[in-house]
Amino acid sequence: MQEVTIGIAGAAGDGLDKSGDTLAKICGRLGLHVYAYNSYQSIIRGGHIWLKLRIGNEKVYNHGDKLTGLIALNQDSIERHASEVEEGGVIVFNSDKLKCDPSLVRKGVQILPVPLKEITAEIEKVHGALAPIMQNTVALGVMLKLTNLGTEKGNAVLAETFGHKGEKVVELNTSLLKAGYDYAGAKAKAVTGEWKFGNKQHPFTTGNEAIALAAYAAGCKFYSAYPMTPASTILHWMSAHSQKTGIVVKQCEDELSVINMAIGAGIGGVRSMCATAGGGFALMTEAMGMAGIMEIPVVCVEVQRGGPSTGLPTKTEQADLFQVYGASQGEYPRLIVAPRDVADAYQTTIDSFNYADRFQLPVTIMSDLLLSEHHETVDKEAFNPDVKIDRGEIVKEWPENKGKYKRFAFTESGISPRALPGTANTLYVSATDDHDEESILISDMFTSPPIRRKIMEKRMRKMENLLKALPAPTLEGGKDADVTLLCWGSTYGVVREAVELLNAQGVKANYLCIKYIVPFHAKEVTELLSKAKKKISVEVNFTSQMARYVRQETGVAMDAHINRYDGEPLEPMEIVEKVKELLGNKTRSLDVSEAEAKEMAYHYLRTHSLEKLRPIKILKESPNGFGEPTWNIEMAERVSGKKGAAMKIGVKTGAVHHFEKAQAE
Amino acid sequence: MATVIELPLDTYKGPVSPDWCPGCGDFGVLRSVQEAAGKLGVQPKDLMIVSGIGCSSNLPGFIHAYGIHSLHGRAVPVATGAHLANTDMKVVITGGDGDGYGIGVGHLLHAMRRNLDVTYVVMDNQIYGLTTGQASPTTTKGHKTKSTPVGNAETPLNPLALAITAGATYVARGFSGEAKLLTDLIAGGIAHKGFALIDVFSPCVTYNKVNTYPFFKERVYKLDEEGWDPSNFYKSLEKAFEWGERIPLGVIYKTEQPTYEDSEAIFKKGALVKQPVGADKKIFAELVEEWI
Ligand SMILES: Cc1ncc(C[n+]2csc(CCOP(=O)(O)OP(=O)(O)O)c2C)c(N)n1
Ligand code: SF4
Ligand SMILES: [Mg+2]
Repeated sequence: MQEVTIGIAGAAGDGLDKSGDTLAKICGRLGLHVYAYNSYQSIIRGGHIWLKLRIGNEKVYNHGDKLTGLIALNQDSIERHASEVEEGGVIVFNSDKLKCDPSLVRKGVQILPVPLKEITAEIEKVHGALAPIMQNTVALGVMLKLTNLGTEKGNAVLAETFGHKGEKVVELNTSLLKAGYDYAGAKAKAVTGEWKFGNKQHPFTTGNEAIALAAYAAGCKFYSAYPMTPASTILHWMSAHSQKTGIVVKQCEDELSVINMAIGAGIGGVRSMCATAGGGFALMTEAMGMAGIMEIPVVCVEVQRGGPSTGLPTKTEQADLFQVYGASQGEYPRLIVAPRDVADAYQTTIDSFNYADRFQLPVTIMSDLLLSEHHETVDKEAFNPDVKIDRGEIVKEWPENKGKYKRFAFTESGISPRALPGTANTLYVSATDDHDEESILISDMFTSPPIRRKIMEKRMRKMENLLKALPAPTLEGGKDADVTLLCWGSTYGVVREAVELLNAQGVKANYLCIKYIVPFHAKEVTELLSKAKKKISVEVNFTSQMARYVRQETGVAMDAHINRYDGEPLEPMEIVEKVKELLGNKTRSLDVSEAEAKEMAYHYLRTHSLEKLRPIKILKESPNGFGEPTWNIEMAERVSGKKGAAMKIGVKTGAVHHFEKAQAE
Repeated sequence: MATVIELPLDTYKGPVSPDWCPGCGDFGVLRSVQEAAGKLGVQPKDLMIVSGIGCSSNLPGFIHAYGIHSLHGRAVPVATGAHLANTDMKVVITGGDGDGYGIGVGHLLHAMRRNLDVTYVVMDNQIYGLTTGQASPTTTKGHKTKSTPVGNAETPLNPLALAITAGATYVARGFSGEAKLLTDLIAGGIAHKGFALIDVFSPCVTYNKVNTYPFFKERVYKLDEEGWDPSNFYKSLEKAFEWGERIPLGVIYKTEQPTYEDSEAIFKKGALVKQPVGADKKIFAELVEEWI
């Protein structure tokens, strides 16, 4: 695969998400594939933003661990990311304001300072002084040249983006693009070869939006939500398109209301959906059991973010499995499913509505911040509007002479044909107290152990039949492997590539991605895993929840675990290296690495109003009164280069043992 | 306009008899809900009774209509969802003071603010009945209950004042000892376009020995017998605070305002549940095109 990875770094509010979006759309229109990852620390102006776009001529499944081109919008970005650019790559920045110290840069990397004022002088004459954000368009032009993407699609995207502001603004943007493009042509060489563009245009979107579109295709009529990152973009899409889709969108007072309204709408007879993050889901749990005992179809999307509690609102994690699994008191039928990429999120949502209706139960779709908010290109065919809508066994009419309609009739399948409210002669109560076939409560006045036994069995029988309807997971990536990786959710994208890399390096590997969590294909998974040689789980959490769950359901324990819980998604080479370490029986060090020490130094400087300093030298020192080795970091003043401060960070604990400002000379 | 054909009381006779304590105020409320539906000619199949959890919330099981007996405190959002899914049905929420003014008060406030076209009948016995007699949000100050053995220290909530200020457009108080008035108030609430809150003194004969039938009989009077005009916001608010020797019954406040449903154009095409399902190919293609 031909590929490049472009990084754009700056402060929140610099408008770099827009530039990234434009670049990705250009690629999608050229028939190239893109996977974008926005590692943002802040949604508020000022925080550091780091957007990476991996572009390839084949489908890309993760943001990778490479960096070909860097567009740096502030000095911090140069210092933090310049060293990541690989040989043959390029660093682009506005040289009117920023500079790049060659010592930061690897061998064979081009440094391309762009004298913005000078190259846009003519444009300013026509359009007046440029707003700072305009530098992004020039930088984009530079990148288009150096990545051999041309200007045609770029001009078209800009024309659409700015069309509503008038022709003049469009002209301004296209001329800025050209200025960057021409300047790069004269001053630098391309970072990749000529592309063979595809002949299909690829939509570029997120898991959240795919879920929202799928809800429309599946005939959803009601969507309720309370804002919470990273689920909010479903609400935004739903609200923006409500009049087109005919889906009533209700922002509620809290998540208790959200789920209860969605279930109410389900009782009323329409397909309904809601979404939230882990914190909101915590408020929803009692109602999940209500949908279970009332046998009401509803689809709930739970988007995981870094926890516990408020945790890391804008960072990814897969640590809510046990919360979702343990949701609500008691035992009830439900489906818990975790899609693995954007296209799968679309199909999973459609299937979820059908399973919810056919088996009359709540479905929780488990997503995570990475899947929900990262953008990727998807084959257009994946978004197919021709979907089968199976509302299950619905009683259309019930003649008076047919006897009493039994809402919870004890059937062999466990499914009791459902009459929607308003159907003549089918009156019933949907109750959270347990009840008999006719929906009369058996909780108090008419308590009846045998009826309780039979209705429990009836409800839980639906799980057996649901399991039969679900496709079992399979081993992917090769039959006889020496190592089998276990994963779920968005981690699929990176595990899939890690397995390819391992095989290419001669380590025979395959993987098992669990999609349907409850009910679980225990028999099939036991069979697959008990034949596997070395088994390693790969999860973005601390306690390897899926590995524990699989052990609970199959008795098969993993041999080792790979975990990441710093808020960032896993990367392919990281997995490859860790797998090799584990195969070599090496234990993994949890020490603070040199790169981490540097990031921690930046953190200290930013949080102590010392931004005029920067780390310049890092050395490891053996235990020296702090009970552990330390990273000794020398800081200098950014502008003068004068000695600024010294800092010691514990290699084991990460503690800041010492910080001392240099004496004024 | 279609003429109303009144339906007899036994139209709504439920499958089982209520299990409330003999003398419980909730019997009167059940009967008045049934009479009100009959008076308005609402067919059982077009009537949805939604409750939470509590003695009072058992009501949907005792009436011949569709019912949702939901979670403690969640009757309002569940009813909202059911109502928005099928606006052709009449939704009446029935429950207790603990359910509606305690654990569920957040939902109540917002439903009133939305002016949803539903009716909410609260059987206010100023106590938690089902859980055997703890203080509720409307328990009077100083009242000794199981959970307040030295007397309730908290100021009771004023549901009527709350409703008026939150945006309910029909605010009334009934008493299960005044059956005819109660029926009229509930029928008025169902007929009213917008959120109707009817707070009903419905004595718990088992656990509330203070706010009893005689307590209310001595104090209540009927607003309409005194020519009360419920249309003035501030006067109504003042009236809502009348308590002590004289306690008013009747419609305290009433106004005509657009409902939430009026503001949502999608409902103009009919009840959601009756609208066609699935994507329109052209619209779907446009939506995908936004991502290219
Ligand atoms: C989440 C939750 N908390 C507590 C309860 C226990 N509970 C059931 S009914 C009730 C209070 C009922 O009081 P009210 O709503 O006034 O009804 P009443 O019995 O007085 O008619 C409580 C606390 C519950 N069912 N669910
Ligand atoms: S406990 Fe009180 S509220 Fe409950 S049924 Fe008995 S009298 Fe009525
Ligand atoms: Mg009560």
